[in-house]
Amino acid sequence: MSTVTTATATATATVLAASPQTSVSEAVVFWIVAPVAIAAALAMVFSRHAVHAALLLVVDFFCLAVLYAAQDAPFLAAVQVIVYTGAIMILFLFVLMLVGVDSSDSLVETLRGQRVAAAALALGFVVLLIGAIGSATLQMPSQGLAAANAEGNVIGIARLLFTRYVFAFEATSALLITAALGAMVLAHKEQVVPRVSQREMSRRRFAGAHPTPYPSPGVFARHDAVDTPALLPDGTAAEPRPPVLEGSSNQAGRAGDPAGPGATGSGS
Amino acid sequence: MTQAVLAEPAPLPLPDFGSEPWWLIIIKVLFVFVFLLVLTLLTIWGERRVVARMQQRLGPNRTGPFGVLQGLADGLKLAFKEDIIPAMADRPVYLLAPIVSTIPAFLAFSVIPFGPTVSIFGHRTALQLTDLPVGVLFILAMSSLGVYGIVLAGWASGSTYPLLGSLRSAAQMISYEVSMGLALVAVFLYAGSLSTSQIVDAQRSRWFIIAVPISFVIYGISCVGETNRAPFDLPEAESELVGGFHTEYSSLKFAMFFLAEYINMITVSAVATTLFLGGWRAPWPLSLFSWANAGWLPMLWFVAKLCIFLFIFIWLRGTMPRLRYDQFMHLGWKVLVPGALVWLLLVATARALSFRDFLLYAGVPAAVVLLAWAFWPTGGRQDRPPPPVERGTPPRYPVPQLDAEPLRRSAGKEVTRA
Repeated sequence: MSTVTTATATATATVLAASPQTSVSEAVVFWIVAPVAIAAALAMVFSRHAVHAALLLVVDFFCLAVLYAAQDAPFLAAVQVIVYTGAIMILFLFVLMLVGVDSSDSLVETLRGQRVAAAALALGFVVLLIGAIGSATLQMPSQGLAAANAEGNVIGIARLLFTRYVFAFEATSALLITAALGAMVLAHKEQVVPRVSQREMSRRRFAGAHPTPYPSPGVFARHDAVDTPALLPDGTAAEPRPPVLEGSSNQAGRAGDPAGPGATGSGS
Repeated sequence: MTQAVLAEPAPLPLPDFGSEPWWLIIIKVLFVFVFLLVLTLLTIWGERRVVARMQQRLGPNRTGPFGVLQGLADGLKLAFKEDIIPAMADRPVYLLAPIVSTIPAFLAFSVIPFGPTVSIFGHRTALQLTDLPVGVLFILAMSSLGVYGIVLAGWASGSTYPLLGSLRSAAQMISYEVSMGLALVAVFLYAGSLSTSQIVDAQRSRWFIIAVPISFVIYGISCVGETNRAPFDLPEAESELVGGFHTEYSSLKFAMFFLAEYINMITVSAVATTLFLGGWRAPWPLSLFSWANAGWLPMLWFVAKLCIFLFIFIWLRGTMPRLRYDQFMHLGWKVLVPGALVWLLLVATARALSFRDFLLYAGVPAAVVLLAWAFWPTGGRQDRPPPPVERGTPPRYPVPQLDAEPLRRSAGKEVTRA
């Protein structure tokens, strides 16, 4: 899907670059960036590794941004990088990494006839695209950049977006918000047990048997440092003697302790 | 409303950067490059000295006067270290990642204005490498490209801790860029432009830190998250993830990450200076004199403001403990983003009604309240009363003697409740 989008934009770029007003600098940028974009798109399609494919798509998006900038659309270029490259592809990468580094795709096709359907749809899309671009560039009189950017690129886009195309704009945003809400509903999990706050967690932990952290994996220790007896100079274990809370009923349990509560406190 | 907001200010024409002589452009490029490198070295030294001071230590004081050359020595040392590529690494991506993180860091600085128009070898030119009608968006775009360096470094290392670091970094950048962008929109509404030089011009009479204080607070918090600095340094959290995304990197590749981190810090400080503190404009009492805002002197104000921000970054690192990951996300999505949205609505309303001073009088107290709420030690966010702990006996665990007094009290309370 995204390659198709890429191809669209590249094709648009080609058509625009072919128009007679192309300046030298724009042509130079185009002939450097466009081959890179197409190579990256092809490499993305044929890449076997999901993360590599995502990266090549990033390269493609970046090339598109450069082409936009070369065609006096700086706002579009910046937004292309911020939104597509910076947010959407990072999310893609996030998911790819989360799913697993080494998970290889299963090549068994579960949908019957999907190749034929995909080919037919792609062909239809290409025809549609050629028709749309052709009619836009060949028949309609274009106003030119000077008229479009008369007030400045940003203001020009903003004026169109919030006056003439405001309905399409709002409809798109409603669609996106609906999709986000749907995803949230699907991913929502009922809270069955009350949520444990950090305070409760720390309380429970200190009331339990292990006040100190458990040993890290790979450390062969049955006990943590605080309550493990120290070794005396002759190698025998010292009497385990954790400090006792004054006035607590711990003292009752240690009534026979010869040292008494006053001598404790060396445990820490 | 939109039209009123968009149409109101008459933007000044952008300085014509395209028609400058080539040698002037090369001088400017070199200046920005060297400025960033030197400031990075000084910041590394300054950070170590300041943090040492805060921790009652001396810090590096052997290399050069006051240890100023410590950063240089560290850089040389890193260059001579062995460059290790892990066996499990994805080689091309692993090699690419440090470059991807460093280049955008440098590029972002190209639209920062250092000063007003000056004369260099007889040419009148603005002290700025270039400017775009979408200058600030360009900076945002570069910072979002820089994230790829971190994310790819962690993934390509083929190791667990770096992967966790890069996952965190990806999530962190997405969340904090949203609030950062929203905070900046208020500035754009006031300045009527996205270009850095025009934003500085719009602060002729009043800095935007006074006009839109809450935006400044939100930007300040989220730019710390954006640069991976303490207390938001979760992608590299030493105590949890060894070194995070750069665990497997050594030698010059590690140095490049290090450089990128400091340059990003300098860049966000420069952006904060430009957007909120009047850029190169002289501070208030001095701004009454015309000489303070002309010639080469404004560069001094700019660098001074930049250094204040850098000091705050260092101060934060010396003071604040690292946030837990869910708390960090909570802050980003449930505090900063809604706060920025509500604030943006207020700003837009005030602009549409052309009622400028409303925000000044409402905004400053609101910012103070917000700050107090954020930094209040316990009040305001008291957890619900702790539930009774399931046990019938008082604690039988060892505790240090020092804590005996408060613990006994809480223990007694629980016993009575149970």
